[in-house]
Amino acid sequence: MAVIADLVVQGAQMALVLALAPGLTGLVRKVKAHLLRRRGPPLLQPYRDLARLMRKEAVLADNASWLFRAIPYLIFAATWVAAALVPTFGIGLIFSWSADLIAIIALLGSARFFLALAGMDVGTSFGGIGSSREVMIATLAEPAMIMIVFTLALVAGSTQLSTVAGFMLTPAVGLRVSLALALVALVMVAIAENARIPVDNPATHLELTMVHEAMVLEYSGRHLAVIELAASLKLLLYVSLIACVFAPWGLALPGAGLGGLVAGAATYVVKLVVGAVLLAVFETSIAKMRVFRVPDFLGAALMLGLLATLLLFVSRSL
Amino acid sequence: MPVAAVLWCVAALLAIAVAAVAMARSRSATPLVYGATFVVTGIACALAVAALWAEPTSLTLPLGLPWIGAHFRLDALSAFFLAVVALGGAAASLYGIGYGRHEHEPHRVLPFFPTFLAGMMLVLLADDAFTFLLSWECMSLASWALVLAHHRDPDNLRAGYVYIVMASFGTLALLLAFGLLAGPEGGYAFDAMRAGAPSPLIGGLVLALVLLGAGSKAGLVPLHVWLPLAHPAAPSHVSALMSGVMTKVAVYGFIRIVFDLAGPSVWWWGVVVLIIGGGTAALGVLYALMQTDVKRVLAYSTIENIGIIFVGLGLAIAFDANGLPAAGALAMTAALFHVFNHALFKSALFFGAGAVLTATGERRMERLGGLIHRMPATSLVVLVACVAISALPPLNGFASEWLAFQAVLLSPELPQWGLKLFVPAVGALMALAAALAAACFVRLYGIVFLGRPRSTEAAEAHEVDRWSLAAMGGLAALCILAGILPGLVIDALAPTVQALVGARMPPQLGVEWLSIVPIAESRSSYNGLLVMLFVAASASIVAFAVHRLGSHALRRAPAWDCGFPDPNPATQYTAASFAQPIRRVFGTSVFRARERVDMPPPGDLRPARFEVTLRDPAWETIYVPVAAAVQTAATRLNRLQFLTIRRYLSLVFFALVALLLVLALWP
Repeated sequence: MAVIADLVVQGAQMALVLALAPGLTGLVRKVKAHLLRRRGPPLLQPYRDLARLMRKEAVLADNASWLFRAIPYLIFAATWVAAALVPTFGIGLIFSWSADLIAIIALLGSARFFLALAGMDVGTSFGGIGSSREVMIATLAEPAMIMIVFTLALVAGSTQLSTVAGFMLTPAVGLRVSLALALVALVMVAIAENARIPVDNPATHLELTMVHEAMVLEYSGRHLAVIELAASLKLLLYVSLIACVFAPWGLALPGAGLGGLVAGAATYVVKLVVGAVLLAVFETSIAKMRVFRVPDFLGAALMLGLLATLLLFVSRSL
Repeated sequence: MPVAAVLWCVAALLAIAVAAVAMARSRSATPLVYGATFVVTGIACALAVAALWAEPTSLTLPLGLPWIGAHFRLDALSAFFLAVVALGGAAASLYGIGYGRHEHEPHRVLPFFPTFLAGMMLVLLADDAFTFLLSWECMSLASWALVLAHHRDPDNLRAGYVYIVMASFGTLALLLAFGLLAGPEGGYAFDAMRAGAPSPLIGGLVLALVLLGAGSKAGLVPLHVWLPLAHPAAPSHVSALMSGVMTKVAVYGFIRIVFDLAGPSVWWWGVVVLIIGGGTAALGVLYALMQTDVKRVLAYSTIENIGIIFVGLGLAIAFDANGLPAAGALAMTAALFHVFNHALFKSALFFGAGAVLTATGERRMERLGGLIHRMPATSLVVLVACVAISALPPLNGFASEWLAFQAVLLSPELPQWGLKLFVPAVGALMALAAALAAACFVRLYGIVFLGRPRSTEAAEAHEVDRWSLAAMGGLAALCILAGILPGLVIDALAPTVQALVGARMPPQLGVEWLSIVPIAESRSSYNGLLVMLFVAASASIVAFAVHRLGSHALRRAPAWDCGFPDPNPATQYTAASFAQPIRRVFGTSVFRARERVDMPPPGDLRPARFEVTLRDPAWETIYVPVAAAVQTAATRLNRLQFLTIRRYLSLVFFALVALLLVLALWP
């Protein structure tokens, strides 16, 4: 019976992240529009877009291979599984041990690997430019992320995200320099990974600096819908990750009753809203940078992560 | 007795080599030779796996130097590497049955192929320095002959020359290392070396010599220069053996001498090995990203993986020297697991490169493309190997790198400041190498198999034969199996690790749901099987739901490309242009990459030109000066060739006096 309840909770988390992901994207767009004194599309617009794309026929390039058709589902599945393993409303879910933080990052790496391949499948120059820049960004973002993981793991003594979040809830954490550095680095990596301003612009097409949109240029219909949903899920994943590590308050502990879970979910939604507002404010207050300034940006994140790890090697209390 | 049985396999391989000389020019020689080596290596592989858990067995044969004999021993370490070598050999033989048919001069390959395998196996069995070095040279020379199989190509001649120079240098370094270990009494049997405890100074010298000797064979930067020349020059199944297997024999040599023979390790050995390993990993893959020849990309990627293995070994030395056997076992398991993994996916990738070569006659990436349509089975297998080598879950490359990261996370327990400062930096280098490897293999796969064909050869490619596909498919299946059930491999490595560092990782097969748990579940765990199942289930559920609830209509149309599709395949991204962002970010400092654009003014009908110059730091800072010094010394010493007999005699006399003086003054 307990196992079934645990499975239901895990399933609820999978459904919750899927249901909230487009809403988060819509909220960021809405807040950005308001900050720019526009009215902006309604909050539910991303859901409508997805529904419409799902219903449309998919147009495939003449020489697209079977891989091109399979990749949207692979990307989506990898991102969804990763998002389901990040604590949202509670910790210690039944499958939370099946992949630790390193594996979650690597799952997102798998999704990126396939997305970059999709950009090259049709053999257009836009796809190539997107893929080559995406892997360039990844070569710095992934080591930076691994360094952040090292920092968290050394602080909490575990790479299990549930354990890390649980440790962050205890007063043993205290104020640490390394965690502050890791937070800054994590925000920088999250911005780059989600193709947000100043690294990439999620709202552009036909601009030579675009990265993510260039790779998915040849997708249409249901394939595009699945990829867009995966992108929203990835944004949600990073917001949840930052929230569960650096703002773990309100997470339901293992064994919490239904009330605890609902309270956790409510806090989670509040955290998402705060995250969306912060992201929108950040994006409107900064200009997009040239693509070859991105390595400097991410190099700084990598150095911050390395510094945080080094501090912890020097002293466990820093 | 297992060791005798394996020696019989070696004898059988040598017999096959002799038979191959006799019948090399007949048409049926190719399938017969490869079929026979397949059977023999298969038997050897089974024997080795069985010997993993068995007690060490040894045997002395009255061969070699008369008062020493040839000592052979099969312990857990030898057995593990023997299993890797035999598995790689069996796959290469199976592949060779099909691939060998396209060989124009089979008599240049067939006799050396079994000899090469026999040499590698003998290195693993050797239990005295003489047998070890003799087998090592047999391995080197047989592979050298295979590198020169197509000797009419001037590039291959140069590769062979550089290879033989570096191989001789490496053997010399190993010879000196054994000399130091044997001590003044000259106990050249490994048993005698184990009994003697060398002083820290001698130990440090031995480490340096082993890094030079085994490291040059394994491809540690900056001793790697021969590797990307020689590995691609050989026929593809031999390239697979050299990259996937022979480098592992070098790793075996390093482990055997440093962990087994050189006595208790010192912590700073770990620092040296870690720095060299981390640098090799990052530089190797950066080199790979700059190449446009498929097999050279793979050869440089081998250097990267060797770097990762040495990072694991360096951590194991550091933990071992500080009396932390459990952490040492984790690091050693990560290194050995990566040895196994790399043998699998690198062999599969070289087989794939060979299949592309058979199908199109091309190794240049800029002339390939779109092969996924023409070679569906090969492209699927190569995709699996690419995902595995990029360390992506749920395949096997990720499992071993995950273990290595877990070992890095245990290293704050190390007391020395040198280790505390370098281990995080090496961890960052390893993460950088993993990310660059993913970029490298997106590039390789995307340019060669995806997109549109860039030449008529690529457009008219055809699928390869079933033998080749079976070999590649088998390796890819093993990659998946080792990825989703890493606990199996970890448990199989336990006896070897136990023998080397005195501890083993906790048994993994008993863990619930077949997870792997290096230390404790609250600390870290990973379940490849569940991740694979979750991803597969989510992908199928979504695909089903989308097709059921949404639309499943599909229309083919010309590519969109923002409204301006160009039918010319030259407008696609090429291997060089794909690497351009990474070249600008990393290459400007490492390779001093310079780009020059020559854009003619309007009205001038010259074509525009774009030039990239890259410089190899290893060649320029080490090899060119050394070669110049050797040249100068040779010119100076040349005078000695034209002396009178009186002067020669006086030279001999003075040399004798000088040596006697040294002997008299030696403490």
